[in-house]
Amino acid sequence: MAQDQKSGSALGDRLRENGMLLALVAIVALFSILLAYQGKTFLQPQNITNIFLQNGHVIILALGMLLVIVSGHIDLSVGSVAAFTGAVAAYLTVNLGLPFYVVIPLTLIVGGCIGAVQGYWVAFWRIPSFIVTLAGMMVFRGATMWMLGGQNIGPFPKEFQAISSGFLPDLTGIGQPHGLTVILILLAIGAQFWLGFRARARDAEFGIEPEPMALFMGRTVLIAAATGFVGYQLAFLKGLPNVLVVLIVLTVLYAFFTENTTMGRRIYAVGGNEKAAKLSGINSDRLVFACFVNMGVLAALAGMMVTARLNSATPKAGTGFELDAIASVFIGGASMTGGSGKIVGVVIGALIMGVMNMGMSIMGIGIDYQQMIKGLVLLAAVIFDVYNKAK
Amino acid sequence: MAALLEMRGISKVFPGVRALDNVSLSVQPGEIHAICGENGAGKSTLMKVLSGVYPFGSYEGDIIYDGETLACRNIRDSEARGIIIIHQELALVPLLSIAENLFLGNEVAKNGVINWGEAYQRTEGLLKKVGLKELPTTKVEKLGVGKQQLIEIAKALAKDVRLLILDEPTAALQENDSQKLLDLMLELKAQGVTQIIISHKLNEISRVADRITVIRDGASVSTMDKHEITEDRIIRDMVGRDMAHRYPERTLNPGPVLMEVAGWNVWHTEQAERQIIKDVSFNVKKGEIVGIAGLMGTGRTELAMSIFGKSYGQGHKGSIKMHGVEVDVSTVPKAVKAGIAYVTEDRKGLGLILEEPIVKNITLANLAGVAMRGVLDKRRETRVAEGYRKQLAIRTPGVQQKVVNLSGGNQQKVVLSKWLFTEPEVLILDEPTRGIDVGAKFEIYTIMKELAEQGRSIVMISSEMPELLGMCDRIYVMNEGRIVGELSRAEASQEKIMALILKGEGKAA
Repeated sequence: MAQDQKSGSALGDRLRENGMLLALVAIVALFSILLAYQGKTFLQPQNITNIFLQNGHVIILALGMLLVIVSGHIDLSVGSVAAFTGAVAAYLTVNLGLPFYVVIPLTLIVGGCIGAVQGYWVAFWRIPSFIVTLAGMMVFRGATMWMLGGQNIGPFPKEFQAISSGFLPDLTGIGQPHGLTVILILLAIGAQFWLGFRARARDAEFGIEPEPMALFMGRTVLIAAATGFVGYQLAFLKGLPNVLVVLIVLTVLYAFFTENTTMGRRIYAVGGNEKAAKLSGINSDRLVFACFVNMGVLAALAGMMVTARLNSATPKAGTGFELDAIASVFIGGASMTGGSGKIVGVVIGALIMGVMNMGMSIMGIGIDYQQMIKGLVLLAAVIFDVYNKAK
Repeated sequence: MAALLEMRGISKVFPGVRALDNVSLSVQPGEIHAICGENGAGKSTLMKVLSGVYPFGSYEGDIIYDGETLACRNIRDSEARGIIIIHQELALVPLLSIAENLFLGNEVAKNGVINWGEAYQRTEGLLKKVGLKELPTTKVEKLGVGKQQLIEIAKALAKDVRLLILDEPTAALQENDSQKLLDLMLELKAQGVTQIIISHKLNEISRVADRITVIRDGASVSTMDKHEITEDRIIRDMVGRDMAHRYPERTLNPGPVLMEVAGWNVWHTEQAERQIIKDVSFNVKKGEIVGIAGLMGTGRTELAMSIFGKSYGQGHKGSIKMHGVEVDVSTVPKAVKAGIAYVTEDRKGLGLILEEPIVKNITLANLAGVAMRGVLDKRRETRVAEGYRKQLAIRTPGVQQKVVNLSGGNQQKVVLSKWLFTEPEVLILDEPTRGIDVGAKFEIYTIMKELAEQGRSIVMISSEMPELLGMCDRIYVMNEGRIVGELSRAEASQEKIMALILKGEGKAA
């Protein structure tokens, strides 16, 4: 019998990630050039800060959505849940006058409970998640309106607003440039090289087909340069926004969880082939339930972020968030049937959406065209995936 | 009398397999003709050739039907000639009513508008013919399997059937439903409907059949008239006498009894009143390979899966002992902890995560074995997978390959590796060589032999009798959810197994 010869699948996955990254770079470059013709600068500190401030909630929702989609389900309710939890946070803060360090954990718990209720029906009663969360989408939209009585609640104290509009304090006391930001950015660049080389060494040890050195170096230098550039720009504005810190911490945490923990591995197994996973002794119901609880907590975090940024809870908040999050996950390369998708891909997917939103807005492209273009990008990304797999 | 159907020298070749080799069959008008043979002998293929599933030109030989050459391009053509086949898996739409099912694709309609009045009237007539008292508007899902079978026959009658083919019609039926069905067959015969029945159940065949044709390894072996039929002759013809495969030499050296299953009873997962496993008791000794023989659908897989963490069925009763101590196997993790592993017959559906690499499949059932406090040690994980790759000779460029890219034999080795990594004392292998080429089969046999020599116990479920005879220390024979006999390696033969299956119907040994 001949050896089973197929091109290395690990390499194929990497090609896709690199492709995503290139797409992001290309989109940034495109907007830089187009805006330069209009006499505007795209990559200026305020814009860079805003990309994260305005899209932080999408990335956070997408992290949770990836787990839900990997486990073979979908959550349509996250926009409404984010609005509802935002309203809860507003009520607790403004009406009851509770301090932020009480409001934040309480709101996260409320989000977790909402996720638990929806997850209960999906996981243990086998009600299709599409139906359960579609119901949740309506119920919590209504609950938001009921809670707010059709009005906005706000404004918030400064401490609560800092969730979204705050910046990391400069503990070094340098001020301009922002000392702590410089230090953290340099550490991040160092970590990229260190982790990259460590992964290569490990691949070699495991007998995984190594990525060509030129490609590896090219990519790492590109990311390092981008990190350095973003960091440099931020350091001369106000430093690292709190949102960005939260995003980076969560991204690293979820990447580690999905790739290096038994629970993360099992979620992928359940999405890949639930029957086989069950026969391997994996409690798929409990894992699906956990994915929904996690989604609820992240929806609450996103809800607070948006509420803090707008400085008021509004009945219309969070409309369409679920679609942005789901689109990010699929642009990021997750499979519609579950079982595959990576955190890094999802974050890049969300950034692509965010950069396009911002770039088109600055260019003065109407919301009508923006929607059409975003829709086509989503379609193109998934077609690219399907085409790649069919090859 | 001129034959209604004459199939002459039919041969059908699939890539790499000669499924039918010069088969001939002659069916007289008005008779019930039975076709017997082992699983995979070619019975169903022959019927698919006849009914046009394999169109004219894709096979060799001639089919003469009603005095003319039959050249069907599809099932519609054969149905137009009155040849109707009822498959083992029923082709009814559960959510539609009886009337809708009866005339599906053949509606009582004018210009696409259904005449419900006439449809219901005709439905009532057909239901009376098959002896079913149900309303035409009843949804098919509300009916039991036995009644659904009758609906299938009514559906055939709605199409003016002349030659009715029933492929193992009683396989899923309980005793009294089977009797009703056989009565109906005799009634239809009296009305002049010619019928072909495929079955292994000897009592049924001798009750309704006028003649029997036995098929073995894709060739027709013999045709007998009713008065010539004897069990021994059918059995001899069905099994033949060639040992095509080779097996590694085994030295039998069983230790003390390791696993003991006693009084095991299991009911169907959805139909609580239907008992699938009936009072089964068996044991496996340390270092022993024990076979479970039986035809498909006799409950062997259900037995194995019900033992393995109650993965099948409901209302489990009975006890399972390991080393003489009763163990709890109510969930898969508990069964694994008790030292039991189950390698499924459905590799792709239940055994593997096809889009994941080999390494992740191998460690899936024992992730704790490569993790510390829930964090995976990928270095250790890769070492484990590499170890099994070498030990079982999994042919692949590396353990990061997705299993979907592997051949059947190598996929089977990955599933085996997964369960070996749980360090089981008893391995239940369900059809371990199904869909694997001959060379890989020998490798799997060799692995089994080595495992037994290392002191592991193996329960081997197989529909291929030669491999059971070649590999097992002892063989239990199962039929209709019961163990109907036990044969030692010395006394076991294909004839004896087949005799136990056919004669042991209804009695426990």
